[in-house]
Amino acid sequence: MPEKHAQSDLIAKALAALSKILTRPWTIMEICGGQTHAFMETGLSAMLPEEIELIHGPGCPVCVTSLELVDKAVAIASRDDVIFTSYGDMLRVPGSESDLFSVRARGGDVRVVYSPMEALEIAHRNPDKETVFFGIGFETTAPSNAISVIKAKEREIDNYSMLVSHVRVPPAMHAILSAKNNRVQSFLAAGHVCAVMGMDEYYPIAKKYQVPITITGFEPFDLIHGIMETVRMLENNTYNVKNAYERVVAPHGNKQAQKIINDVFEECDRQWRGIGMIPNSGWKLNANYAHYDAELKFNVGNITTHESEICISGLILQGLKKPDQCPAFGTLCTPQNPLGATMVSSEGACAAYYRYGRN
Amino acid sequence: MEENKFDNFTCPIPIINDEKVTIGHGSGGTLSHNLINSVFYKHFENPILAGGNDFAEFSSNATRIVTSTDGHVVDPIFFPGGDIGRLAVAGTVNDISMSGAIPQYLTASFIIEEGFAINELMQIAHSMQDCAQEAGVQIVAGDTKVVEKGKADKIFISTAGIGFIENNRMINGSLAEEGDIVIISGTMGDHGIAVLAARNQLGFKTTVQSDVGPMNNLIQTALSASPHIHVMRDPTRGGVATTLNEIARQSRVDIILEEQSLPVHKQVQAACDILGFDPLYVANEGKVIFITPQREAADLLQALHEHQYGKSAAIIGKIETSNGSPMVRMRTSIGGTRIVDMLSGAMLPRIC
Repeated sequence: MPEKHAQSDLIAKALAALSKILTRPWTIMEICGGQTHAFMETGLSAMLPEEIELIHGPGCPVCVTSLELVDKAVAIASRDDVIFTSYGDMLRVPGSESDLFSVRARGGDVRVVYSPMEALEIAHRNPDKETVFFGIGFETTAPSNAISVIKAKEREIDNYSMLVSHVRVPPAMHAILSAKNNRVQSFLAAGHVCAVMGMDEYYPIAKKYQVPITITGFEPFDLIHGIMETVRMLENNTYNVKNAYERVVAPHGNKQAQKIINDVFEECDRQWRGIGMIPNSGWKLNANYAHYDAELKFNVGNITTHESEICISGLILQGLKKPDQCPAFGTLCTPQNPLGATMVSSEGACAAYYRYGRN
Repeated sequence: MEENKFDNFTCPIPIINDEKVTIGHGSGGTLSHNLINSVFYKHFENPILAGGNDFAEFSSNATRIVTSTDGHVVDPIFFPGGDIGRLAVAGTVNDISMSGAIPQYLTASFIIEEGFAINELMQIAHSMQDCAQEAGVQIVAGDTKVVEKGKADKIFISTAGIGFIENNRMINGSLAEEGDIVIISGTMGDHGIAVLAARNQLGFKTTVQSDVGPMNNLIQTALSASPHIHVMRDPTRGGVATTLNEIARQSRVDIILEEQSLPVHKQVQAACDILGFDPLYVANEGKVIFITPQREAADLLQALHEHQYGKSAAIIGKIETSNGSPMVRMRTSIGGTRIVDMLSGAMLPRIC
């Protein structure tokens, strides 16, 4: 990376080069919430040529974790015999009635961890309690979550379990592209997801829907590089899968990580918050590891959920609306008092707009 | 040679019932007196405190008096670069100093959890006195309460203080003006990351030290170099971003920051990158934000650079007129702009 003081000149040059090859408006979806965040945090989104319209995708695991699972997490975390562990940004996600922070305020043992292995250690140190880890995330976090379960089995730590909410990117892309009102003409695919899974899954999507896909990283230059490759394909009327994040992503991904995922998880249908059920879009623990499935371990079957009637996070996650088109944005709905998960996570589009782009 | 063993022997003040604080130490009886004598009087020694009254009396010719109070809870109580004692003294010294006042007297109130080690209390009292000495203040009154185990987390310290202003200089958060320059006295986020690292929650090691310390001397140096400073504030909890938002609202101005000028220790930046934190929102306990007229900015910066607590001081932005609701904006290092908002609730580590 160039030193900071040299960056602005190089970015200006790259943007000028991008403008030169543009002949008409294009709509590009950045799938990953981390990219949405980076576009807003660096101010890059406002610097792009006006022909480029960015649509923010559903790639924020906190945002798309279903309301039902958040409610299940709240129910499990409220039990006296449970230590509930989670990545920090899940704690403020509103469920139907409550969130995990409120559970903690009421006396529940809810702890922020930085990795599932930390949760496993908590389980090991507290044999008279059940330790549950909220296993959310895309393909990126799946290998480390899977390893925690493999290690639990090896070390016979039976009081560890995982509330699994894993989701996969390609089925979501299918869902977005086959929607009647789809406006997405191309994708920036999430670099870290592809670091694990590689590029293979994306060729059939590019071909079937005739959309260019560019594997893209997260630094300002990565983002411009990704847009540049995408625009080249759009302008040339070609659709392919390009890798603009070669320093991290190998064409076939990380085979070892994929094996770990396949050993532990199996595909399942999954509810995405704000979007609905997407077939085969999730992973759950397979029969060999069912003992570590918190949904099976704790009887939290009868959950009735209800969403805020005002929140349009579903439309935002599908790229049909922008956060500032929501009547509640910045008034009824703020990071302090979020109506939907997209306002909670730092990777949520609404939170990114609120933090960096409000006028 | 046998007798020589006892040559330097003095009868120690007995701490009855070994080295843990017990409920009895808060009873007001003999144990309380022993604890106060052996820990607090010993370290905070000064004539006003030695008077042994329930009050502290002093006089001053100043007509402008500044007071402030601050409660201190920190986990862990000892961390790289400081401890709760240094924090408790520096916190109140700094709050008073931000007005331009010279802090003089402090009071300290301790809430101690039963079972707390007396040698740790000694260490805390020692570092409080160290910090008080550095700041040139006296701890002139105090109180000690002991609560049952589990009713407090080790030790809580509240301090209050008084300082005096002997001139007509006005410094407060509502005085920032268009064209003023924003200067920070050093790197951002050192305290927050040092404490987080001390909790062993990072999963990696750092050598970051907390910046906790008394800023009154630095501030007097700053005021000599730049007599017309409009605003001074210490960016503690909520960090620089939150403090600047407060000032923008109080003064009804916009504050424009330059990202590439923000001083951040490399290790703090790296820890923040890994955890998904922004150093702009991480706590400081030994930094000052100065807002001063442009004509005095260069002199102020130079004076800060010559002070031990101001070596990495930097100009980080300027004040502009606000065309609506007051805001903090930042020109990013790639040439974009964005809002820098207040911190909403607790800062949470991101998933990926």
